[in-house]
Amino acid sequence: MDGTLMPQADIAPLVEIEDLTVRFTSREATVSAVNGVSFSVKPGEVLCILGESGSGKSVTLRAMMRLLPEKRTTITGRITIAGQDVLGLNARDLRALRGGLVSMIFQEPMTALDPVYTVGEQIIETLRKHRNMSREGARARALDLFELVKIPSPERRLDSYPHELSGGLRQRAMIAMALSCGPRLLLADEPTTALDATVQIQVLILLRRLQRELGMGTIFVTHDLGVASEIADRIAVMYAGRIVEEGPVADILANPRHPYTQGLMASTVHGQHRDADIQAIPGSPPDLRRMPAGCSFGPRCPTSQPRCREAFPPISHPSADRMVRCFREGEEAKASF
Amino acid sequence: MTQAVATSIDTSWEADPAPAAKTRTYWQSVLIRIFRDKATLIFGTVVLAIVLLAIFAPLIAPFDPYKESIIGRLKPFGWRGHPLGTDELGRDMLSRLIYGARSSLLMGMVPVLVATLVGGTLGVIGGFAGKRVNTAIMRTMDVFYAFPSVLLAVAISGAMGGGMMNGMIALSMVFTPALCRIAETATAQVRSLDFIEAARATGARPLTIIRHHVLGNVLGPVFIYASSLVSVSILLASGLSFLGLGVKPPEPDWGLMLSTLRQSLYVNPIICAMPGAAIFVTSICFNLVSDGIRSAMDVRQ
Repeated sequence: MDGTLMPQADIAPLVEIEDLTVRFTSREATVSAVNGVSFSVKPGEVLCILGESGSGKSVTLRAMMRLLPEKRTTITGRITIAGQDVLGLNARDLRALRGGLVSMIFQEPMTALDPVYTVGEQIIETLRKHRNMSREGARARALDLFELVKIPSPERRLDSYPHELSGGLRQRAMIAMALSCGPRLLLADEPTTALDATVQIQVLILLRRLQRELGMGTIFVTHDLGVASEIADRIAVMYAGRIVEEGPVADILANPRHPYTQGLMASTVHGQHRDADIQAIPGSPPDLRRMPAGCSFGPRCPTSQPRCREAFPPISHPSADRMVRCFREGEEAKASF
Repeated sequence: MTQAVATSIDTSWEADPAPAAKTRTYWQSVLIRIFRDKATLIFGTVVLAIVLLAIFAPLIAPFDPYKESIIGRLKPFGWRGHPLGTDELGRDMLSRLIYGARSSLLMGMVPVLVATLVGGTLGVIGGFAGKRVNTAIMRTMDVFYAFPSVLLAVAISGAMGGGMMNGMIALSMVFTPALCRIAETATAQVRSLDFIEAARATGARPLTIIRHHVLGNVLGPVFIYASSLVSVSILLASGLSFLGLGVKPPEPDWGLMLSTLRQSLYVNPIICAMPGAAIFVTSICFNLVSDGIRSAMDVRQ
């Protein structure tokens, strides 16, 4: 359709985020959901943000589209998508960015589709808004999109209401809607979490294929290490609003450096003896209203030291494309997971 | 998209619950369900008949509803060609009942319509805006809620003086808070759902979101609630007329007729019960039709 979909050779990154912080202010407390996150995504690259509930991964995604309630949220730092400073955009340019340049897939396809319109109408509406297409043209394009996301008997599905579709089909329709205007960046907020395991893998394969074919940069948020290893080029592990480790997926899986990543890997189930206890990380994440001084993982860390309580560990690079934030990085002793 | 490149995934076996060859729209399926529901269909026909009677009253009524007769007062059914007898001033009961449907239906529907527009708009604004706007609107509505609805209607129309117009204004004010609350609740529920955020994520304007996604989801519950209020409105309007606060004599109105005929209860009880029966039948039919529409519209879930 147009050349912007193709991945450009190794030039400027598609997304650059520098020192992003997000704070929610309410009468009772201020919640520091994201505390200084920096990362970049190249065109055509898949970055997986991995973290448990409340680690700030979804908030980061929403901040990138400025979907958070403006009045109660303070965002600082810099978000640049395809050369545009997102935090400085006016309302009109922001609407053009949303759905045009960047689009988003949501976790729960049942509630992310409007129940009173057919899925076809919802895609056509988006197309007409962004592309000024005629109704017939938009419908033809919606049909193409349904074929692209492998929805069986697409003609009939366009006229179905969301409740008439199965979970997997709904998520496919959601993906078709997100792709409708040829975005260069796709934000996926746990798009497979609400699906059955068999459907989950199909949707993952589909997303991966579409992402490659269309050359979209993709940021994929998940708490599932297996999903991340399936789809990601790079993984960023988030804990308490900070990225604690980042690097290429194979490296991270083979050789996790941060104690938290090591803990996550140890707590997944794969082929252990059925009587063996699953390793769990002791404790629970810090209260984001009262962040501890020093390393936020410190209280749960099996290798924590006095200095961990004083300051958050600096960035260190064990190799050119990896980043870890731990004082013990580069030291001999490793966590004993 | 320029391509639909061949892929290795086959999805044809994926669970596919929708039955084949189904391409009717939502409103078509609602209509079909209404037509399958015998009770709703019958009561709907009665409502339609009452509406038609009211509209074509001058053509249908056998006598002039205002023509009095000193000798022919409170006569039984069939007396000198009066099918339902005569009232306390010798006027033809059937003609008066037919003409009375006009004011009763008007008093039943107009206030509900006005309240739906006013209350619905306020409720959607309050529910979508939230915070202070919501507090301002909803607490004002709560003031109206503090009074029993009959008392409020009587108080308002009493203060403004009788007459049909004032009666309708009073009833509109009685129904507005209830509809406002329904609209507000539905909007607040819809507002927090993902598809509103999804719509924002596709770059929709706030006004488009309200018009398209909020109204689309709020209109259903508001309409259903409003339709159930029509019968309440007819009853309240009759009550107002009965108290002399609604329609003025000698206009034919069911509530008013009930009030004036009450003195003749011992002379000809059947005649006196006629307007009451008309009110009862009409409001019950409206209620049942509204129930039928509600269940027909509940296709999803």
